[in-house]
Amino acid sequence: MNKDNTRVTNEAVKNKLAAIYRDEGRRIYATLIRLLGDFELAEEALHDAFSVALTNWQSEGIPSKPANWLVSTGRFKAIDQLRRQHRHNEIVAQLANDSVEETVITDESALSTTVKDQLINDDQLRLIFTCCHPAIDIKVQVALTLREVCGLTTEEIASAFLTSVSTMAQRIVRGKQKIRDANIPFQLPSKEELESRVEAVLSVIYLVYNEGYSASVGDSVTRSELTVEAIRLARLLQSLVADTEITGLLALMLLNGSRHNARTNKDGDIIILAEQDRSLWDQALIQEGIALVQSATAKSEYGFYTIQAAIAAVHAQASDANNTDWEQILAWYSLLLHVAPSPVIELNRTVAVAMHHGPEAALVLVEQLLQQKVMQKYHLCYATYAEFLTRVGRKKEARAALEHALTLTKQIPEQRILKRKLAAL
Amino acid sequence: MKYVALVYYDEATMQKLSQQQWDALNQECIACGDSLRERNSMLGGQALQPTTIATTLRVRSGQVEITDGPFAETKEQLAGFYLLDVKDLNEAIHVASKIPPARYGSIEIRPVRELQTTDNQHR
Repeated sequence: MNKDNTRVTNEAVKNKLAAIYRDEGRRIYATLIRLLGDFELAEEALHDAFSVALTNWQSEGIPSKPANWLVSTGRFKAIDQLRRQHRHNEIVAQLANDSVEETVITDESALSTTVKDQLINDDQLRLIFTCCHPAIDIKVQVALTLREVCGLTTEEIASAFLTSVSTMAQRIVRGKQKIRDANIPFQLPSKEELESRVEAVLSVIYLVYNEGYSASVGDSVTRSELTVEAIRLARLLQSLVADTEITGLLALMLLNGSRHNARTNKDGDIIILAEQDRSLWDQALIQEGIALVQSATAKSEYGFYTIQAAIAAVHAQASDANNTDWEQILAWYSLLLHVAPSPVIELNRTVAVAMHHGPEAALVLVEQLLQQKVMQKYHLCYATYAEFLTRVGRKKEARAALEHALTLTKQIPEQRILKRKLAAL
Repeated sequence: MKYVALVYYDEATMQKLSQQQWDALNQECIACGDSLRERNSMLGGQALQPTTIATTLRVRSGQVEITDGPFAETKEQLAGFYLLDVKDLNEAIHVASKIPPARYGSIEIRPVRELQTTDNQHR
């Protein structure tokens, strides 16, 4: 009977710990990084704390504030380990753990005091800003954020980004080295820096999202995990920092995500917006996205992400391409080009121009764009050109444009779409 | 007359040295500095962390642009240096962004490395 009881407790402790690891593991980790000032040490401390809890909680019972208990225990374990290393090889420990030693010494005085309110969300925010520090290469920022903030394994990140595990591991090591040796502080940005630092974090989130969203190759399961992580990060950031563009980016990702089931055919080829079966669009995501766009555009200042989300929201509300408020979309495009001038955005705008003013007007704009060197190398510019040429009945030129577009892309799915258009001419 | 003596080498070559050879070179550098200071010929000097730890900063149109990695613009030439004493990279970036030529060229920020008799950081 006693044995049975123990087994139930055993099970309860295991379940409780699994739930804490899932829901609060990354927060506990972030706090340990702040307390210990070192990624590796914090990671070991995190694992130590959970394994101590597994045995300890069975006899002592589950503490009233389990997460705080885990933080205290993790920290004690880490300090203990540093002391042992210190005794074994005084000089090595001192040199290898110089910065850590400093933290530990200042912490010594606080050793007896209990860990109170250390699990503040600020620690996770500190971690996000540290991983997305502009002094770290953007690719490394992405890898570090997914590893340290989201808790994905190096293998998962490597497979999502179609790189080898060793390349990804190296990237993460490089990032941690830079943080340690350049002394990037584990700290929230100052008020003056906040906007530009948030922008850097948003770039990382958007990169993660697009990597998962535009996946045409690779393991689609791990890659769609990226869109989930990007949305999770944006929600977390939104709950901690007041910035309109965070809301805008979250809305943009939700609205793009709402079309997930409609945007590819059985072969995995992309179906363009105008041809999608809109009954497959996820209405719950659309409603949330629209509400976020409304709240963001009600603010006096918004930018790149909010405006793109606003365009997506107009599409989301239309029953089909013909019943879309193209005038409103054109107005948003003008604003977008003002905020972020780019020939690719101008190209996207020509599609709205064609719908609102007719293909002739759009043709003129594309021809102007094709004067630019970058656009002369961009297959979608020729594909769009071909589309408008077809609509005005200039099929021979449309064919030439599509054939030229084919020479500009090496991606098999893109080539398949172009070939299908050629066949349909 | 005051001069600056700038030290250049190929990091890849130096990484091939054994820890022992590397420490020996660092000891030589410590001795060199000591003897120059004794003769009042040296005002100061620092070894630097490798370029992988560098951060490059520019100020354009009033905006601070930060990139990971060393200064790599071959069209620009070294024009001066500041030895900063600040608490972390954020403060270093903040201070360096006030250096006037940051508006025209680039400022490379690199942490210094303390020379030690043994176990010098080596990679």
